[in-house]
Amino acid sequence: MGHLYEKYVWEIPVRATHWVNVLSIAVLTLTGIYIGSPATLGATPSDYVMGWVRFVHFTAAYLFAVSVASRIYWAFRGNRYASWREFFPILTPAGRRNMLATFRYYTFLCKKGPQPVGHNALAGTTYALVFVLYLVMIVTGFTLYAEHAPLGTMHKLTGWLLVLFSNQTLRLTHHCVMWLLIGFAIHHVYSAWLMDVKERGGVMSSMFSGYKAVRTKD
Amino acid sequence: MARKQGSDTEATNGLEFQDSVSTLLERRGVTRREFMKFCTAMSAALALPPAFAPRIVRALDEVKRPTLVWLEFQSCTGDTEALLRASNPTVAEIVLDILSIDYAETIMAAAGHLAEANLDKVVREEKGTYIAVVEGSIPMKDDGIYCCIAGRTALDRAREVCGGAFATLAVGTCASYGGIPAAAPNPTGAVGVKAAVPSATVVNLPGCPLNADNLTATVVHFLLFKKLPATDGLGRPLFAYGKRIHDNCERRPHFDAGQYVEAWGDQAHRHGHCLYKMGCKGPETFHNCPTQRYNDKTSWPVAAGHGCAGCSQPMFWDSMTPLYKRLPNVPGFGIEATADKIGLGLAVGTAAAFGVHGVLSAFRRGDDSEGAKED
Repeated sequence: MGHLYEKYVWEIPVRATHWVNVLSIAVLTLTGIYIGSPATLGATPSDYVMGWVRFVHFTAAYLFAVSVASRIYWAFRGNRYASWREFFPILTPAGRRNMLATFRYYTFLCKKGPQPVGHNALAGTTYALVFVLYLVMIVTGFTLYAEHAPLGTMHKLTGWLLVLFSNQTLRLTHHCVMWLLIGFAIHHVYSAWLMDVKERGGVMSSMFSGYKAVRTKD
Repeated sequence: MARKQGSDTEATNGLEFQDSVSTLLERRGVTRREFMKFCTAMSAALALPPAFAPRIVRALDEVKRPTLVWLEFQSCTGDTEALLRASNPTVAEIVLDILSIDYAETIMAAAGHLAEANLDKVVREEKGTYIAVVEGSIPMKDDGIYCCIAGRTALDRAREVCGGAFATLAVGTCASYGGIPAAAPNPTGAVGVKAAVPSATVVNLPGCPLNADNLTATVVHFLLFKKLPATDGLGRPLFAYGKRIHDNCERRPHFDAGQYVEAWGDQAHRHGHCLYKMGCKGPETFHNCPTQRYNDKTSWPVAAGHGCAGCSQPMFWDSMTPLYKRLPNVPGFGIEATADKIGLGLAVGTAAAFGVHGVLSAFRRGDDSEGAKED
C-alpha cells in the first residue's frame, strides 16, 4: 500500500460549473414541467404566474448555457483531470481497458475495478454523452425561445433548424431529453455514492473541496 | 370576376386597359371613399405606416391589369371559397377583379378546350409578367397521374405555368407544403409548389383555408413596390406570418396569468381563458389570425373557443396532432404512449435498477479501496 495524501484534482472552474449545472438543471426541470403542463394557479388576469415561471426558466437557461460553455472552454485550458481527453477514454487502448474493467466491476463480474484519480472511464464516456444532451437542450431551447422575435439575431442563427425539423419535433426533443437527464441524475448520484463508499477516495466531498484521497504508487 | 361581366366586359375590354382602377371602380359602384378605406386597410395589412395609403392609391390607379391565372390541383377548393366568401362584394374582390383573371376553374365561364386555350395563350404571350396562383398540392408519385387536368398531369401544368410566371403565389397549406393530401402516408406523393417546381419564384400563403386578405395584400404589395414581399425561411411573407399567433392572441393575458381552460365548457372556458392545455398550437404557429381574422374580420378559431390547429405550419396534419394535446406522440409507439409516460418509466426504471445494484453492492465484501491510485 502506498502512502495516502490529499491531491488537488478538481479545479475551481470544474466545481463551479458542476454546481451551477446542478442548480440550473433542477430549476429548469421544475419550471419546464410546469410550462409543459401548467396548473391553473392564477386567480385573476392580472396575476403573472406563468410569466414568472417562464422568466425563471429563461434566466436559468442563460445561466446553464454560460456554465456549459465555460466548462467546454476549461476542457482545453484546465488540468489533466478537467481535460477533454478524460471524456473520451475510448480513444486510447488503456482507456478502453479501463472501460471494460469498470464495466466488469459494476456488473459484479470482478471484485475490484480501476481506481482512477480523475473520472472513471465509464463515467467520463457518459459525461461526453451528457454534454451532447446539454448541447441539444441549449440549441433546441434557444431555437424555441427565439421564435418570439423572428427578426432577431437569435432567430436568424437558429431559424434553419425550424425549417429542417418542425417546431413540434424540437419541442418533443427538448421534453424527452429532460427525462433522459433526470434518468442520468439518478444514476449519477447513485454512482457517486457507491464510489464514495467503495473507493474511499472522498469523491463526494471532493466536488466541494477539490481534494481526493490518493495513494502514491506501490 | 372579370369574365363574369359577360358582354359588358367584351364591349369595354379595350377601354379597361386605359382606364384607371378608380374610374373602373366608380363604374362598378364603388365610391372613392370606399376605395380609400380599402387602401388604408391594405397599408395596415402589409404592416406599412399609414403614410403609405396614398402611395397605394397611386399604385393601384396606375395598374395595367396584370394577368393572373388560378390553377387548382389536389384541393378542396377551400381557398377559392375563402376568397369568394371574404367579400360580397367588397373593394378587395374588385381590386382582384381588376386583375385580368384569365383562368380559374371554379369561377370561369369558359370550359373544356376553350378554357385550356386561354391558359396556353397567357403562358405563350405574357411570359415572365403574369402571376400564377396555385391552390392544392401536386402529386409526384407514379408520374403524377393522381391529378390530371385536360389529360395533363398537375406537375406538367405547374412546371409550364409556374415556370413562366413572374411569380407564383401558393395559396393555402396544400399548395405551400402539401397540406392534408401530403399527410402520412401520403399515398399520392403530394408536395407543395416549391418542392414540385424548384425553379419557380414562389411565395407561400399557407392557412387552411388561406386568409384572402393576405392574398390581396401580397398582390397590392407587388403592384406598389413592383417586387414580392420579404419572406421567412418557409417562404411566407413576413407581414402576415412574421409573428406568432400566441404573441398577438387575445387570450394571452390569461396564459401569462396562469389561467387555463381545463375542460371544454368549464368555467374558465366560458370566461375566455387560455386554451394552452387544450392543445392550442398558437405558441408554435406563425400567422396573423388574431389581428386579421377571417370572414371580413368576424372571428377566428381561438376567439370562437377552439385552440389553434397550427394549419399554416408545414406538415401540420402530422406534426400538430394530437390537436387536443400539447406535444406530438413519440414516433414508433402506440397512440397512448406519451413522452411523459415513457420519461417517468425511464426515471423510475433507473432508480429501481440502481436500488437493486446498491443492495447487492452492500452485501459485497472485499471490493474496498484505500483511495485512488496515483498514476
